[in-house]
Amino acid sequence: MTAEDARFPKGAPARGPRALIFETGSPESRCVLAPELDVPDVSLDTALAGCARVQAPALPHVTEGEIARHYHHLASMNFGVDSGSYPLGSCTMKYNPRLNEDVCRLEGFAGLHPYQPVGTIQGALELMVGLADALAEITGLPGVTLQPAAGAHGEFTAMMMFRAYHAAKGDVRKRIVIPDAAHGTNPASVAMAGYEVTTIASDANGAVDLDALKAALDTDVAAFMLTNPNTLGLFDPNIVAITEAVHAVGALAYCDGANMNAIMGKARPGDMGFDAMHINLHKTFSTPHGGGGPGAGPVCVTAALTPFLPGPLPVRLDDGTFSVGWTDRSIGRVRSSFGNFGVFVRAYAYILALGGDGLRAASEQAVLSANYMKEKLKGTYPLPYDRPCMHEFVLSGSRLRKEHGVHTLDVAKRLLDYGMHPPTIYFPLLVDESIMFEPTETESLEDLDRMIDVMLTIAGEAASDPDLLHGAPYSTPVRRLDEARAVKQPDLRWRPSSAR
Amino acid sequence: MQFSPVSCEHRETMLRAVGATEIDELFESVPEAVRLGRPLDLPDGLTEMETAFALRALADANTPATALVSFAGAGCYDHYVPAIVDHVIRRPEFFTAYTPYQPEVSQGTLQNIYEFQTMICELTGMDVANASMYDGATAFVEAALMASRVTKRHKVVVAGSVHPEWRVVLRTYAASGNIEVVTCPVADGTVAVAAAAALMDDSTAALLVSSPNFLGHLEDLAALGEVAHAAGALFVVSVNPILSGVLEPPSSFGADIVVGEGQPLGNPMSLGGPGLGFFACRDAHLRQLPGRIVGRTVDVDGRGAFVLTMQTREQHIRRERATSNICSNHALNALAAAVYLSAVGVEGLAGVGRACVAKAHYLRDALLSTGTFDAPYSAPFAHEFALRYKGDPSVMHSEMLGRGFLAGVDLGTIDPGMDGLVLFAVTEKRTMTEMDAFVGEVASL
Amino acid sequence: MNPADLRYDKEHEWVRVEGDVAVIGISDFAQDQLGEVVYVDLPDAGDELVAGDTFGEIESVKSVSELFAPVSGTVVEVNDELDTASEVINSDPYGAGWMVKIKLSDASQLDALMSAGEYEAFVANEA
Repeated sequence: MTAEDARFPKGAPARGPRALIFETGSPESRCVLAPELDVPDVSLDTALAGCARVQAPALPHVTEGEIARHYHHLASMNFGVDSGSYPLGSCTMKYNPRLNEDVCRLEGFAGLHPYQPVGTIQGALELMVGLADALAEITGLPGVTLQPAAGAHGEFTAMMMFRAYHAAKGDVRKRIVIPDAAHGTNPASVAMAGYEVTTIASDANGAVDLDALKAALDTDVAAFMLTNPNTLGLFDPNIVAITEAVHAVGALAYCDGANMNAIMGKARPGDMGFDAMHINLHKTFSTPHGGGGPGAGPVCVTAALTPFLPGPLPVRLDDGTFSVGWTDRSIGRVRSSFGNFGVFVRAYAYILALGGDGLRAASEQAVLSANYMKEKLKGTYPLPYDRPCMHEFVLSGSRLRKEHGVHTLDVAKRLLDYGMHPPTIYFPLLVDESIMFEPTETESLEDLDRMIDVMLTIAGEAASDPDLLHGAPYSTPVRRLDEARAVKQPDLRWRPSSAR
Repeated sequence: MQFSPVSCEHRETMLRAVGATEIDELFESVPEAVRLGRPLDLPDGLTEMETAFALRALADANTPATALVSFAGAGCYDHYVPAIVDHVIRRPEFFTAYTPYQPEVSQGTLQNIYEFQTMICELTGMDVANASMYDGATAFVEAALMASRVTKRHKVVVAGSVHPEWRVVLRTYAASGNIEVVTCPVADGTVAVAAAAALMDDSTAALLVSSPNFLGHLEDLAALGEVAHAAGALFVVSVNPILSGVLEPPSSFGADIVVGEGQPLGNPMSLGGPGLGFFACRDAHLRQLPGRIVGRTVDVDGRGAFVLTMQTREQHIRRERATSNICSNHALNALAAAVYLSAVGVEGLAGVGRACVAKAHYLRDALLSTGTFDAPYSAPFAHEFALRYKGDPSVMHSEMLGRGFLAGVDLGTIDPGMDGLVLFAVTEKRTMTEMDAFVGEVASL
Repeated sequence: MNPADLRYDKEHEWVRVEGDVAVIGISDFAQDQLGEVVYVDLPDAGDELVAGDTFGEIESVKSVSELFAPVSGTVVEVNDELDTASEVINSDPYGAGWMVKIKLSDASQLDALMSAGEYEAFVANEA
């Protein structure tokens, strides 16, 4: 045995996933014991009319310690905002404040049942009204529903409100126009709302092609959906003309609010002529992404659309107490109860902590940090739209592909070796080999410089050793995966080994 | 308080690097006409301590059900959550992470989801489950939409005994025109099977029921499954997973899709959100399954690994032809559910289910014996039941609140057609002493 | 490069004529653009194809593309091998990677398709 082997013994734990929780522990292991019955036992077969479970489900047999170790190991394979820079464009991976995690767990919030009498949830109602009022002020749109559970859910909710709005005027419109740069949820939400999608091309500056828009607008169009600032990180200079054109045919203008982190306290979609928008609390308002959720997607609308808001709505009464009400033409409900209340608590705490000036400062820094990174990187990575950006910007990896056969995917995978989460890649579709950076305001100058250095280093590696990048990452818990195999040989659950 | 680590000096450094002297120069692309030009009309920011005090004051202005002896259910339940659950989901590697699109650094999240998918399949008896959805109500609707895609039919029949809010959500979504909803009448607190059969035809995509249903009763799933399949429709069943240790799963009755609200598994009530929608189906329909799904594969070194798969179903690839517009899942709530199920294990889950059933039957008998309630239904139930109060239920409810009890859910406040009915749910948290005290107090009103 | 005996269309499909039957597949350029094919959704025998309309879908891990009929006709045979070995479309797009065989309803439609040389020029222009 050489000295090398001794340093890394064979028995040491391997990288990457180990045993599943089902494969951990032993048949005798227990964590929480079944409660003792203090009432007379019942015959389940009798009580449940012959529907008592025959074959028990296979669940883990583990002690608490084994659970703790299992999830400790899982956590060690995961990269979060606390692990390092996470500049995913359009995701706003800003720091998640710890106080917010504490306050949403206060028994006075976590212990509430949705059907408790209104008199016993005054604090919760006050919080929701406070959050809705703050979002109305930030967006410039006075009618607010907190119900939607996510941005896509908010988009759908607004499209359904638009449908009701037009129907109330006896108007049946069948199409919704969206730009080709739109996030995939936009057309999907449109289809779910029963509308047809009409796509228009963006112009050479990456903005809405006003002529194309006007050509597409007619009285069969219910709405135009736009992200502004757009998915290239650019504020559309024609925004007022755009919303005016939309209104001129009696259609409604919807703002996908995913990029709200660029403009808090600087501009408001309501003032741009938008009739409705959704906000992603898990982006702009610091609530955690949770590995994929839960988030929340409140929708803010003009006074004209307010009658159609889903309910119930928390309201402040004249006597200063709080209650719950419905608008007179509500579209109904898009989910059960009030919405993701646990997420509201976190977002509200964030808004209280920052205040109006703090929110504005956050947006200003987000924009400054993005422009700083853009200036430092654009010499090495082509910048398709060389103008001041907002809180995010899009580079192209096409030069690396043409000159060295290195794709954006390879760059992203190599970034993992440097302890950084990659930016968004291959979106928006408008840009070839796109790389979308959104640093957010919670990265320090040192963090930004480090990201820049790493990107420049990788560009150098692409020139000197492209194969190195093709094989990246090397140092992560697992390396590149066979994703085709995952589709062709679906293994979507563990199965107990005994025949069932 | 604010969270940006950029100092004033560094801000100046950055401004110089971009060739600006002040920050507003970077906002020149915003047309002047739409610039806000004034501070936001919001209070000034608070210190952490002040923020904590403000939130505590709001929390203290509530009387949470967990601080009362609560018998409130109706879709959201107060169960005991083992301590380990919150400790796991508080790990920043889990809660600050994004969707696992870069699998090489997301194996923690991905393995969690794979284990969760497995557990949902085990509880429901189905072949495949997705990574979770927003809540039971939206999962229920997505099941209706999926059935429509699979059968290429337009109409769905929903049992009138399903949660009224869920049926409102279904109707709200149906206004898109993508599906048509017909409601099946209820008799003696359960679906009238013959009435369901009469509503099915060759334009029916699915029969949607829940068992236990909103009133807590068990539906005749065997008969309803046959009704659905006889018409060539899919059978969609919603269940309460806390009872999966004691109730036979819907797969045994021919369910094609099983959904439900997973909050009872390790998640607090939190005023009804965030919840946990789960969704499981048969292998044959995998390509129409909405939502994210995690699969197992290998990496270039042959290591076993997990990855988001079958992504061509989803919105970021298929756009308007996606199976759903859903982008998020409720990953953190799903993680809590998986930790919960690991902590209680198969015996613990069965034990919790048995305790809920036994205690609910005890309470119902005790309440009926006081003579202050009538039993409007005789159908079998698990851990939830509705009784008719012989007086004014809202008066009873508020009196009992004053005595420290949340006397179930006054159903007249949810659905005027159910006025006079009170829905009681009993979980393993309720002791015999508490129940006896409740019965004594309510009888004495 | 692209077999000279085949005809090609702008959607990167090829047609091989065998009597009154047309064999249809996707070109080498198309399979290269797609990456590894993981799934193909094809019509059934007896289905009608209409020139210019979609007749199925082809998927890689991260993309979905529609398949457009280059000519009209009735499906007489579908390549079942693609159910379990879709990657043969990548390795042998003009041979074992064929997708459907149809009975031509209008042989004159073939004239509107491109020759191998015309197709190569078309592809060079697109890139």
